[in-house]
Amino acid sequence: MVSQLIRLLPELILVITAIIVILADLYARRRTARWLLPGVTLVGLAASLVAAFVQWAAREPVAFTLAADSFAYFFKMVAALVVMIVVLAGMDYMRERTRFLGEFYALLLVATLAIYVTVAATDIIMLYLGLETLSITSYVLTGFLRGDKRSNEAAVKYFLYGAAASAVMLYGFSLLYGITGTTDLQEMAKRLTSGEVMGSLVWLAWPAVVLVTVGFGFKASLVPFHQWAPDAYEGAPTPVTMFLSTVSKGTGFAVMARVFVSALPALSEYWLSLTYGLAILTMTLGNLVALRQASVKRMLAYSSVAHAGFILMGIVGISAAGATTPFSGIDGVLMYVLAYAITNAGAFAVVAAVEDGAGGASFEHFSGLIARSPFLAAAMLIFLLSLAGIPPLAGFAAKFFVFAPVIRQQYYVLAVIALVNAVVAAGYYLKVVKHMFFVEVNPNGAISLSRGMEIALWACIVGIFAVGIFMNWFAWLATGSAAGMLGM
Amino acid sequence: MIPLSWFLAVSAILFVIGFFGVLSRRNAIAILMGIELMLNAVNINVLAFWRYTQPENPAGLVWAIIVITVAAAEAAVGLALFIALYRLRTTVNIDEVDLLKG
Repeated sequence: MVSQLIRLLPELILVITAIIVILADLYARRRTARWLLPGVTLVGLAASLVAAFVQWAAREPVAFTLAADSFAYFFKMVAALVVMIVVLAGMDYMRERTRFLGEFYALLLVATLAIYVTVAATDIIMLYLGLETLSITSYVLTGFLRGDKRSNEAAVKYFLYGAAASAVMLYGFSLLYGITGTTDLQEMAKRLTSGEVMGSLVWLAWPAVVLVTVGFGFKASLVPFHQWAPDAYEGAPTPVTMFLSTVSKGTGFAVMARVFVSALPALSEYWLSLTYGLAILTMTLGNLVALRQASVKRMLAYSSVAHAGFILMGIVGISAAGATTPFSGIDGVLMYVLAYAITNAGAFAVVAAVEDGAGGASFEHFSGLIARSPFLAAAMLIFLLSLAGIPPLAGFAAKFFVFAPVIRQQYYVLAVIALVNAVVAAGYYLKVVKHMFFVEVNPNGAISLSRGMEIALWACIVGIFAVGIFMNWFAWLATGSAAGMLGM
Repeated sequence: MIPLSWFLAVSAILFVIGFFGVLSRRNAIAILMGIELMLNAVNINVLAFWRYTQPENPAGLVWAIIVITVAAAEAAVGLALFIALYRLRTTVNIDEVDLLKG
């Protein structure tokens, strides 16, 4: 029992840190709380990251509902890392906009904890609890600026979509439970494969898969369940947008991979055809709408919808051979989530800095950024190039690992459409570059960066180059994590 | 004994009514009521399956209780957001909440 508690160390550290943050907020003076609360949050996240890293190679179930496997630890590490960047980049942004800093950091920690639980869940009840905890904390974080009309509107829209989507997903889960008579993912796979199921209800498998995919697709912002995403990303406080568009979205893909691969391999023809269509829809529609946006923040929101389509290619490419070899599809999802999370977090951090310095995030506010803050412009250039998938940056490595399995499975139509989309995406990324470097409007003067923001941007830049250049090592990590998934 | 399929039919009808409510209502609170109906449909499903297929394993019961609890938490957060919305805009009609679009 005690040895199992050690497996939960990353989660326990987060819980304790959240409690400390709330207590510190209660007792510390406002001046101290300003640096104390983000400081404690960062230390807790770092400790939790180390605890997850040390146990990466583990592979055992904990207390029947949570898996301590390398697949879960990989996502936990990505989540801890990105939330640390969010805290660093968002410290000053949040301090200027709200008094309730303790609640903000505590909620952020609980949301991270929810991600930890969700990616490790091997039982649909636990999975639902984890996803719901993540959703409910995200609603509050999105609407955190209570007096701000846009933040509030974003939260209301996110809530209505989210609550409906989770109810639909839950109905799908209840059908799966009825067919198989179990809530455990691996047991479910066993019964579906061997045919020990409620014979008269088997026809419900197809609707069940569709309903479950709706729920996951909502979290991952797949078209046509994406309508909340641009509004929530635009209206939410920018640090929260960083969180929602990176790790919260990645969690959607983590559960999708785990549920499809470890619970529903017997129904693969259903979910493969479904994800194939959704991938094409998502990347095409996301890109087309992103092309005609006037706000950089909203453009990045739609581009993040388009990227969801690319990540989904990894799931489409999942082969029957399993996840133990490179290019199995699952490692593509992991690579893409990692690369995309650090890149997009950086891009939204730049948006936050420009919002603070220039008072908005439309294309005009980015005009002549190179003269007003060379570092910010250079950083944004790197992030945009990485999002576009230019070597040797992280985005290229990620695209490589989702294209490869799709081509290996001979889904050439999908591969060609994805290629066209990658080119279209480069078009609107370069529009930002054009405004930053070649448009000579300069009404707002220089933009100064806080220390935390500088560290966050450097962390993203270093991460992007590291993933791009040491692609082999990260590919080894991703393949190992995919192969370590419990129940493979 | 009432056959299992009757429960499933009631649950499916309830789910569809709830979903129709979510899609057709413009008042945020009415939409929330639709969502609650959908969650109740799930509970009927889960409990019927539990009772008819494996009454010795409490997983289904636990699940239903967890769904009820989570629905309460969700409603609390949702209503808080609606109150904040009403204070800012004096409306909870989601058609009139349209600052963010495009």
